[in-house]
Amino acid sequence: MLSINNLVAEVEGKTILKGLNLEVKPGEVHAIMGPNGAGKSTLGNVLAGRENYEKTDGTVTLDGKDIFELEPEERAAEGMFLAFQYPVEIPGVSNLEFLKASIDAISKYRGVEAPDSVSFMKKAREACKAVNLDQNFLKRGVNEGFSGGEKKRNEIMQMMLLEPKLCILDETDSGLDIDALQVVAKGVNELRSPDRAFVVVTHYQRLLDYIVPDYVHVLADGKIVKSGGKELALELEKKGYSWLEQEVA
Amino acid sequence: MSDEVINERIGKDYKAGFVTEVDSETLPPGLNEDVVRAISAKKGEPEWMLEWRLKAFEAWKTMEEPDWAHVNFPKVDYQEISYFSSPKSMEDKPKSLDEVDPQLLETYEKLGIPLHEQEILAGVAVDAVFDSVSVATTFREKLEEAGVIFCPISEAVHKHPELVKKYLGTVVPVRDNFFAALNCAVFSDGSFVYIPKGVRCPMELSTYFRINEAKTGQFERTLIVAEEGSHVSYLEGCTAPMRDENQLHAAVVELVALDNAEIKYSTVQNWYPGDENGKGGIYNFVTKRGVCHNNAKISWTQVETGSAVTWKYPSCILKGDNSIGEFYSVALTNNMQQADTGTKMIHLGKNTKSTIIAKGISAGKSQSSYRGLVRMSPMAEGARNFTQCDSLLIGDKCGAHTFPYIESKNPSAVIEHEATTSKVSDDQMFLCQQRGIDPEKAVSMIVNGFCKEVFKELPMEFAVEAGKLLEVSLEGSVG
Repeated sequence: MLSINNLVAEVEGKTILKGLNLEVKPGEVHAIMGPNGAGKSTLGNVLAGRENYEKTDGTVTLDGKDIFELEPEERAAEGMFLAFQYPVEIPGVSNLEFLKASIDAISKYRGVEAPDSVSFMKKAREACKAVNLDQNFLKRGVNEGFSGGEKKRNEIMQMMLLEPKLCILDETDSGLDIDALQVVAKGVNELRSPDRAFVVVTHYQRLLDYIVPDYVHVLADGKIVKSGGKELALELEKKGYSWLEQEVA
Repeated sequence: MSDEVINERIGKDYKAGFVTEVDSETLPPGLNEDVVRAISAKKGEPEWMLEWRLKAFEAWKTMEEPDWAHVNFPKVDYQEISYFSSPKSMEDKPKSLDEVDPQLLETYEKLGIPLHEQEILAGVAVDAVFDSVSVATTFREKLEEAGVIFCPISEAVHKHPELVKKYLGTVVPVRDNFFAALNCAVFSDGSFVYIPKGVRCPMELSTYFRINEAKTGQFERTLIVAEEGSHVSYLEGCTAPMRDENQLHAAVVELVALDNAEIKYSTVQNWYPGDENGKGGIYNFVTKRGVCHNNAKISWTQVETGSAVTWKYPSCILKGDNSIGEFYSVALTNNMQQADTGTKMIHLGKNTKSTIIAKGISAGKSQSSYRGLVRMSPMAEGARNFTQCDSLLIGDKCGAHTFPYIESKNPSAVIEHEATTSKVSDDQMFLCQQRGIDPEKAVSMIVNGFCKEVFKELPMEFAVEAGKLLEVSLEGSVG
């Protein structure tokens, strides 16, 4: 589904990703771990197409399509979803309005009919329920005055509603207490399916207790330096990252 | 006096005094006493009206064009303007929408304006638009039943001289300011509304109903009088861009809310803003003011997206005790547009209250200023004001400015002022795009969210249109 080959990318002139390779197949969950400054968040941003995150070499395809040929909104419509580390507020624009605009735009891109208001509302309510968000959140401005945990749950709520094929979670666990973490994980696990893939970027192992990955990759200095099964996360938890950095060096 | 005589008289004094036969209803450019007389004569006005105009003209001659607004434009040559032109004849108008500027039609399309309304707006020669005529007639009958007077002000001068005499110029005096004085001298037409005591006007009054009647032209004059305990909601303007060849607009609106009356005045202004390089566009220099007697309320809501230069401060004089003034404003400027707009809340009575919510949005290379005055007079015991002004910037070549003036001469008065400036951030844009929303739609959504507090004050269908209007006005603001 997602195929990353020798990806080199820079942010404001500084090279952050230095030849990254990753192959993600439908139904798989890949965890990307690594120390601070390794380029974890850059990866999500480059894939989703944030401004100033420039690919300088390599290729990335999503179901065979070169993503760098696509605008960020087209990548989204192709089924790529990025759950933000720091979800931003859009005052005065209700969550509902925002999500309807999102679904309408994506449907239009795909040439399918957008769901009618009734079924959309029904789904939106279900998605809220799944992440323990009160339905009032649908009427509130996007992330406006939400607590940190509510913002993250709101991201997962959006993900459930939009049903993307590739979900990238950018340190979704940061700043979450254990209860919120479980709620977020439950939402993600409900979405797991044979035709959907996840890339879970995290600094800590604890999220992976709840979202159990098929593969764990260690990102250090812009490259994947080690890959393994879920047990690699536990090893990292015990030993930290420094031994790997030394190993590479 | 026949047209010929008038033309002859005026023609003598002007080098440019040439009037074509076809267009005999247009006065040659220039302004002097004879022109004022000619305008009055064309309308067959009574002597008192002419006297009033002449007095205003005398005053205007001694006045200076104000230069304190935060706007820049070439000086207007008032002798280059023609001060009277009657509507174009049917022969001059486009015969069908096929003859109308496709760009204009595209905008109508985007705003979702029905076809026959498009024809009216574009000035297509439709002498029998049966729908709207019959609708207008129905409205008239209903209003008459309630005792409401709603007619062109030129008609009111003849039919209701006692009311016009009593109130005209009482809120905005003849010498109020340069543009108001000019309007008094040469006003073309406008609306007159009178709501009798205790009557709740049975419908929203809109200039739009009158669109088939004489075009009001560039010097519009509106007078609304709400008798004791009455209530009226008035809508001015239209979301569709209006075609107009006149560059200078200087309108005056006066509102009188007598004891316990309420007037809600909503405006959508979408005159031609000029092109991306600032060429063309309307200069909109408007004086709008209302006076509130005891327990009365006046609420101004405006959505300003058009015009090259806007100079406009809808104000309330809170004369009566417990009276309330409100001002809700969205002013959007794009490309080279400039707007200096805001309000004045003059608290005279006890326990008077005012609320100001002003939202300025600047995009392109435009400049948007909020200018507001809150004055608490020594008698304004227990008066309160709350002001919130927010500016939103799109891009880094535009400007937003705030000029709040606060004068409090009563120690018991409470004045609150909040102001914010924000930008449509890259993070907000990226979030929208990551959810599949294209940048133009994203900007319009963010801006609409920013304006929500004001839009909710607009009458329902106006609010929906206003949202679409912002979207169209913002086109091209994202790179």
